[in-house]
Amino acid sequence: MAEQLDKDYYDTYPDDKGHFGPYGGRFVGETLMEAIYALEVAYNHYKNDPDFQAEMNKDLADFVGRPSPIYLAENWTKKLGGAQIYLKREDLNHTGAHKINNALGQALLAKRMGKNRIIAETGAGQHGVATATVAARLGMECIVYMGAEDVQRQAQNVYRMKLLGATVVPVESGARTLKDALNEALRDWVTNVDETFYIIGTVAGPHPYPAMVRDFQAIIGREARAQILKATGKLPDALIACIGGGSNAIGLFHPFIADKEVAMYGVEGAGHGIETGKHSAPLCAGVPGVLHGNRTYLMQDENGQIIETHSISAGLDYPGVGPEHAWLKDIGRAQYVSVTDDEALEAFHELTRTEGIIPALESSHALAYVTKLAPTMSPDQVLLINLSGRGDKDMHTVASMAGLSF
Amino acid sequence: MSRIKQCFDKLKADGQTALIPYITAGDPEPWVTVPMLHALVSAGANILELGIPFSDPMSDGPVIQKACERALKNDMSLHHVLDMVSQFRQKDKETPIVLMGYANPLEAMGYQAFAEKAQQVGIDGILTVDMPPEESVEFLSIMDKHEIDTIFLVAPTTSLERMTKIAKYAKGFIYYVSIKGVTGTATLDVAEVAEKMSMLRTLTDLPLGVGFGIRNGVSAAAVSEVADAVVVGSTLVNCIAEHADKPEDLPAAVANVLAEMRHAINARDMAK
Repeated sequence: MAEQLDKDYYDTYPDDKGHFGPYGGRFVGETLMEAIYALEVAYNHYKNDPDFQAEMNKDLADFVGRPSPIYLAENWTKKLGGAQIYLKREDLNHTGAHKINNALGQALLAKRMGKNRIIAETGAGQHGVATATVAARLGMECIVYMGAEDVQRQAQNVYRMKLLGATVVPVESGARTLKDALNEALRDWVTNVDETFYIIGTVAGPHPYPAMVRDFQAIIGREARAQILKATGKLPDALIACIGGGSNAIGLFHPFIADKEVAMYGVEGAGHGIETGKHSAPLCAGVPGVLHGNRTYLMQDENGQIIETHSISAGLDYPGVGPEHAWLKDIGRAQYVSVTDDEALEAFHELTRTEGIIPALESSHALAYVTKLAPTMSPDQVLLINLSGRGDKDMHTVASMAGLSF
Repeated sequence: MSRIKQCFDKLKADGQTALIPYITAGDPEPWVTVPMLHALVSAGANILELGIPFSDPMSDGPVIQKACERALKNDMSLHHVLDMVSQFRQKDKETPIVLMGYANPLEAMGYQAFAEKAQQVGIDGILTVDMPPEESVEFLSIMDKHEIDTIFLVAPTTSLERMTKIAKYAKGFIYYVSIKGVTGTATLDVAEVAEKMSMLRTLTDLPLGVGFGIRNGVSAAAVSEVADAVVVGSTLVNCIAEHADKPEDLPAAVANVLAEMRHAINARDMAK
């Protein structure tokens, strides 16, 4: 299928119904259908509106701190003895992760649409914090749904959201994690659809969310492509990013899709190991199905019930994945791999000690794959990794793995 | 002619409004589902709506969500739901049965495999909450071949343009969701429902059902003024939740709840 992957990709996917091949689409209850069409119309209008673009770019520069740099990890490169390792420093963004790129874009869109009530779901809390931050700045009401399990795991982020004026609603249903928070946010949206804008945090949900969130995150790849060309004089040999819903990965990958010589690796959470069943790796070990508004690879049993996922990192603990990743997998444009909790934790410590950068546990999955791939490559080759977030939020998790508590 | 059409034709001739109870299959225990269905028919149900349990019922409120959780604890699957209908049909070959659920269990079984088995066991209609007409092309053609009516929802937010489209694809009856919100969370506004019913009647000859927000005989009777069918879900499922630890009492208990609605609707139908 490689011949399909010319520059037409950008004009072809998604199609006008929001499909990436068989994936994506608009699988929501009737009450939300008019709302997602209205969102699509508004997004298509404003994405090319110079005034909206200018407002967005100003905030990305002055409020978020873009562009984020790329950083050559020299010590780690030497230690691994292979490809040169460049990190795209999304951890340096305001609020500490890539999530704010999208939260800002959608909140500005909500403002233009005259909706002053923002709802969001969150897993690790990074998207919730980013949304609460932007809502505070724009003077909007903000309600964040968060699985009760995650509220406990990420107490500090819960407090940050509250400081920012958001209402955090712990979700007690189901597995009490990210997927249940998404269900609850969808229920809120159905009930308050007229005045509410739902800021989905990843490239999932019904069309236009997967395309819209991707577009807001694609600034990562656009910047990185120009930066790496300037630094090395050529395109990188491979890109690596972690995948929960897949927003940081698609943000990095998308501007490189037509560059066929650039390999792409999406790294899922293998949890305790794919063979144990306790993981969050739908692309590696799931099958296609329909959840949360789109068709994609899912962690499910043979009867189509969604099964509980596990990952050391709350941000990867999701049974689905963005539909564009499902399509990139099927057409072979990107490779999807997985690393275990233990491997991610080891990479977390490795980067911290070698480079003085404490990565998020999510991003540590991408780093763990670097330790496998880089040594197989030559020193004139280049790896570009999305360091999607910083690890401050994970201190409790990492300390408790070492048997410590604060 | 489908059993659903026969049922509505007969009710129309008799000047009666259809009463459609909803329960979730396998809630609270699998063995009691079929006895409950028979009891509901005895209490005046004209069509039965049987829920396919799903782990992530996004359009439902806490009442039906918990029903799904109770059913899934018993390892209920779509295969079991089909077996239950087969068992029900041994005694009752008349009452139409509509399955209601989410797309993923159907995707997992495969549309074709589902349609064949559903037709074989005597299922008359399917309502897939998260599959709008836009995503239903393949599904519609397979269900059509197997004579299973595809029922669609219309919501208070649905525009006239969309209503027209939905009316084109719908079979059996059209299900109007009377509130903005998930199941079992608010009380409906009868005047608003009446307005939507008259809009829909200009677009379709199909019977119109109304559900979400019907709590008791009073609201059931009020809706029967303007609709061809009254759908009752969360109120029955609440009753099931209350008796979850004594399932042997359930057939009589749900029949009691439904009988009150039947009486209220009949009284209103007679006065018409």
